[in-house]
Amino acid sequence: MVEFLEFTLTGLSAGMIYAAIALSLVLIWRGTRVLNYSQGAMAMLTSFIALEVVYATGNYWLAFAIAMVSGLGLGAVVERIVVRQVTGRPPLNAVIVTIGLLIGIEGLAGLFFGGNNRSFPEPYSPNGLSIGKVALGITRNDIFIGVAVLAAAGLLAVVFQYTSIGLRLRATAFNSPVARLLGVRVGRMLTLGWALAGLLGALAGMLVSPSTLLSPNSMDAIFVLGFTAAVIGGLESPVGAVVGGLILGVVLSYAGGYLGSEVVNLFGLAALLLVLMLRPTGLFSSAPARRV
Amino acid sequence: MSNPASLEVREVSAGYGGAPVLRSVSITAPAGTITAVLGANGAGKTTLLRAIDGSIKPSGGQIRLDGTDLAGAPPENVSRAGIAHVPEGQGVITELTVAENLQLGLLLRRRADRAQALADLYQRFSVLADRRNMAAGTLSGGERQMLVIARALATDPRVLLLDEPSLGLAPKIVRDVLDLIKRLKDDTNLTIILVEQNARSALAIADTGIVLNLGAVVATAPAGQLAADEALRRHYLGF
Amino acid sequence: MATPSPTPRQAPPLSDQVEFGPGISVSPWLARSTLLRHAVFAIVGAVALGVISVSLGAYRDFQMATVAANVVAVAGLTVLIGLSGQISIGNGAFMAVGGYVAALLFIHLHWPLELIIVAATVAAALVGAVFGIAAARLRGPYLAGATLMLAVALPFFATRFSGVLGGDQGLGFFITVPGFLGVNFSLSRWQAWLSCGCGLIALLLLANLVRSRVGRSWRAVRDDEVAAALAGINVARMQILAFIVSAACAGLGGVLLAIVVGTVSPGLFTLSLSIQLLTAAVLGGLGSLAGAIWGGALLVLAPTYLQDVVVSHGFASQTTSSSIPIVAYGVVLIVVMLIFPRGIQGGLSRLVGPIIRRGDDAPAAPTPGDDPRAVLTRGDDPPRSPRERTSWRRRSPAADRKEKGRR
Repeated sequence: MVEFLEFTLTGLSAGMIYAAIALSLVLIWRGTRVLNYSQGAMAMLTSFIALEVVYATGNYWLAFAIAMVSGLGLGAVVERIVVRQVTGRPPLNAVIVTIGLLIGIEGLAGLFFGGNNRSFPEPYSPNGLSIGKVALGITRNDIFIGVAVLAAAGLLAVVFQYTSIGLRLRATAFNSPVARLLGVRVGRMLTLGWALAGLLGALAGMLVSPSTLLSPNSMDAIFVLGFTAAVIGGLESPVGAVVGGLILGVVLSYAGGYLGSEVVNLFGLAALLLVLMLRPTGLFSSAPARRV
Repeated sequence: MSNPASLEVREVSAGYGGAPVLRSVSITAPAGTITAVLGANGAGKTTLLRAIDGSIKPSGGQIRLDGTDLAGAPPENVSRAGIAHVPEGQGVITELTVAENLQLGLLLRRRADRAQALADLYQRFSVLADRRNMAAGTLSGGERQMLVIARALATDPRVLLLDEPSLGLAPKIVRDVLDLIKRLKDDTNLTIILVEQNARSALAIADTGIVLNLGAVVATAPAGQLAADEALRRHYLGF
Repeated sequence: MATPSPTPRQAPPLSDQVEFGPGISVSPWLARSTLLRHAVFAIVGAVALGVISVSLGAYRDFQMATVAANVVAVAGLTVLIGLSGQISIGNGAFMAVGGYVAALLFIHLHWPLELIIVAATVAAALVGAVFGIAAARLRGPYLAGATLMLAVALPFFATRFSGVLGGDQGLGFFITVPGFLGVNFSLSRWQAWLSCGCGLIALLLLANLVRSRVGRSWRAVRDDEVAAALAGINVARMQILAFIVSAACAGLGGVLLAIVVGTVSPGLFTLSLSIQLLTAAVLGGLGSLAGAIWGGALLVLAPTYLQDVVVSHGFASQTTSSSIPIVAYGVVLIVVMLIFPRGIQGGLSRLVGPIIRRGDDAPAAPTPGDDPRAVLTRGDDPPRSPRERTSWRRRSPAADRKEKGRR
């Protein structure tokens, strides 16, 4: 029973990471109808930048802030320079271009930072927490992960729902030609959407790198699981992304816990294929499967 | 509302991907009037509006709003300059509420003016006031038409482009919509360009009529004169 | 036999022309028989490669063999993407299947080499079938994501079953030169001949498949699924078949690679490999077999050259220099898709085309860039390849008929 609780809690924590990636994918998908295959690689790059800051200053929170800002900047730059050229064109172009970004960023990281696994700092102590005498199997960092992702998601939700820039962002995502006619600078909104997604990705990178160790390829598996979470939730639904992430995190945690940790990624593959076969629009979407 | 402005289209040619639709079209919409643009399907009426609002880049000619040439400017800039386009098929953003649709339009006004402008709109369009927090997708056809006109007005335009507002609406609703347009012109002195297939109703409220055929202007005249010209009516307008 | 025509180039009525570079003309009777034409090219190619192999040293043999292995895999991928319109960034996984099955058969069952090659290819084709069935309804980003998952998850099979699959070390796969070639025949040359031979055979089969009814069905599905279904094509079956073919090619490439390298290990079949295949396909022009040859060759030969240049100029150390090709792949993918949606073949023909009269030939396959259904944003986006548009008007009625079948 205690084991079950531990698996559930760690699963939720991991699920938050997948949720963050999934949320960033949904954000970009709704706004630009592009699936950003390089989201994980971008998160890896911002994490490397943060690591260099930690080496230079020893200050985790400064590095954290810089990673967030880098995420915003990287997302904006990528959209403006690369993605802008392929929106409105057939989807295959965007797929190949973002894959090119994926591999290009990984190559750059390998070039500048080397291919070795690096250990990554955590903000809080890695000691397990317990209530009374019951060890919960999670650490303060796990709680931090949950809080950080929920806070980020909540903040974004507030911005989208209650601010005028959020209104513009939504209008751009729902119907950009009409938004144009109403004076919305659609191009800037698209850039902003990518910047926010980059922020979420950077957050995910910071939160997961302590446990995966940081290397140019370390975000590959995380990205794919985040993609799986987004598909589970339905690419159109932010709430679905978060819920999908949590579900996936918990399921994989049980699989890894009871069946051995090597099966986690295989389980993820199976889960993805299963969802795509049975309900490709995800659990939360009411729209018909989009023919891309 | 701001000062109305005249819109002058001078020898504009435009098309889609190399296929020309408009050939050197010139029209003038004097300030504070309703100009009806009529003609059969494919005559180029919608293309004309899209060239004016910036969705299409014309291959030649000028589009002057009170003297300033806007040809080729992107739609965002054109609407900020004061030209509001209500496109064919309405363009209600169905995922947003009625209020949010209106607020989107209001974003082009100064923050201080927005609340009053919204109140004015709710007063003029009482049906929208009743449904302000409902998703715009739940509105009926006539209500949606009201919404998009109100939304266009929210942007504080100097020129209003209306593309087939009567499309798909029941005859009584069509009358309501056209009455509204006429009242708008009377109350606010807005310059309105009205594209319509329903030529008879359009000419009833318009000051000037322009007939397009195959991308060229074939007639320009005061509305009453156009309505009275039987040969022209039958040939180009179908009644 | 057709009467000799005055012009050196005449489009055969019912099949696409083979685009083996600008301006290469074929006499009419050769143009009529697809199989004959392809066989002639294959034989010419075999002889040429044989000559090169004999005259150059062992290192060139090694390069030729590696190129051949890559080209086969790239050819399968370019057919999948360019002809059937499905994307895969997981074909490295199918290569792994081919390589590992071959190694296992070699080590445990000691089958003869020819049988191993066939069996491994079949095994990869089977895995491709399974995946193709599972993913039959997926399109675009969803399909890409699923194949990405395949590429990422596969190394974990090796660690999970490390007893059988050798874990990170992998399995050794050492072939020997067959007796009938004599004792002095070098191993590397044998590897090169084997790879190139298998590669040519595979390309021959692919080329015929592409020109056959199957190829036409693929193109029809790619261009408009609904129309193809209405025309009686079983869309799902075609899509799965495309996956099977591309997986088989990748599997064959994996076996050949294993033969050349001598081991199979997870490190040989990374995500990077899958993307490398994609890059080669894009570079050569999606759907173009000739482009697969260019692209595959370039992608094997250029990186070492690139690395040497960068290291010698001091831009990177020896250790990090392995990342340089990876950056290059990314840059190539992005740049080619932005500037040359049709890859080298398209870019080349666009540059050279107006000079050499191309008549009424159609592009070997339309690429993403000239989908007519692409949304017109402001009407100021010209069609990506204006040259193709104008060439329609110079089209012969026969090519018109073919064009109608395509759209």
